[in-house]
Amino acid sequence: MKFAVVVFPGSNCDHDAYHAAKHVLGQDAEFVWHKDADLKGADVVILPGGFSYGDYLRTGAIARFSPIMRAVRGFADRGGPVLGVCNGFQILLEAGLIPGAMLRNRSVKFQCQQVHVRVEQIDTPFTSACRKGQVLQMPIAHGEGNYFAEPDVIARLEANRQIVFRYSNAAGEVTDEANPNGSAAAIAGLCNESRNVVGLMPHPERACESVLGTADGLVVFESVVESLKSGALVARA
Amino acid sequence: MRARVFVTLKPSVFDPQGKTIADALHSLGYGSVEDVRQGKYFELDLATSEAAQARALAAEVADKLLANPVIESYRIEID
Repeated sequence: MKFAVVVFPGSNCDHDAYHAAKHVLGQDAEFVWHKDADLKGADVVILPGGFSYGDYLRTGAIARFSPIMRAVRGFADRGGPVLGVCNGFQILLEAGLIPGAMLRNRSVKFQCQQVHVRVEQIDTPFTSACRKGQVLQMPIAHGEGNYFAEPDVIARLEANRQIVFRYSNAAGEVTDEANPNGSAAAIAGLCNESRNVVGLMPHPERACESVLGTADGLVVFESVVESLKSGALVARA
Repeated sequence: MRARVFVTLKPSVFDPQGKTIADALHSLGYGSVEDVRQGKYFELDLATSEAAQARALAAEVADKLLANPVIESYRIEID
């Protein structure tokens, strides 16, 4: 099983994602430069965190026009599993693969801390090994993670069960204090309508080994490996 | 021709930066500044002498890249 980790100029979690796939999970993994046109036969695509194009204009606004994004969109359209983490999530939003946009955190500060998220949906390739309502501890590190969409869009996301992760406390209660950035509906992660594209602000790839303080993120990667093994996903790049 | 594009957050969107600036102004004694909304300003030098063409081109690039329609709207001036 092969993971493709897309590298944009300014990506800085690409090696973490590669490490999680290759060394922690023991899967094949390859970096794909953003100017490449194909995904090298990958089964899973990860858009990693970082500051692509220095966050110029808006986070993810320039990266969405990188040549590789045409291949990522095609892969997603064919049902291939795509995970966007932090800046990768911001790129998915700018590219319109997931609805909504990010605003500056309500604190107007870069928030770098451990948070808890509650798994709301387990019928996505990246949460299929979770229990519904499971609480995961993972770090966040972002200045623009304050998710915004108009109320009718939020209502549609709720109705379609596209809210995959919500910020919560350690007990799994969604409270305003547990929301680190002011996101609407405490949204920490979303999927697209066909559920194969998932984006989230917390960093599962930085939470795959207990030596890092938490290994709760590993289940996100284990989920996609299991989903692919079970044949639930068939698309290939 | 030159197009000036002003990109601002939609009225329905909370502006954390504008709020922080307003708070700072209040702490400086400018209590009469009721609200601040922060935006972005772009100057585009366009290889055309037709105002209508310049406006259409500026709108096209604003739609495509300069503004995110989910959270922002824009206004164009041509001169």
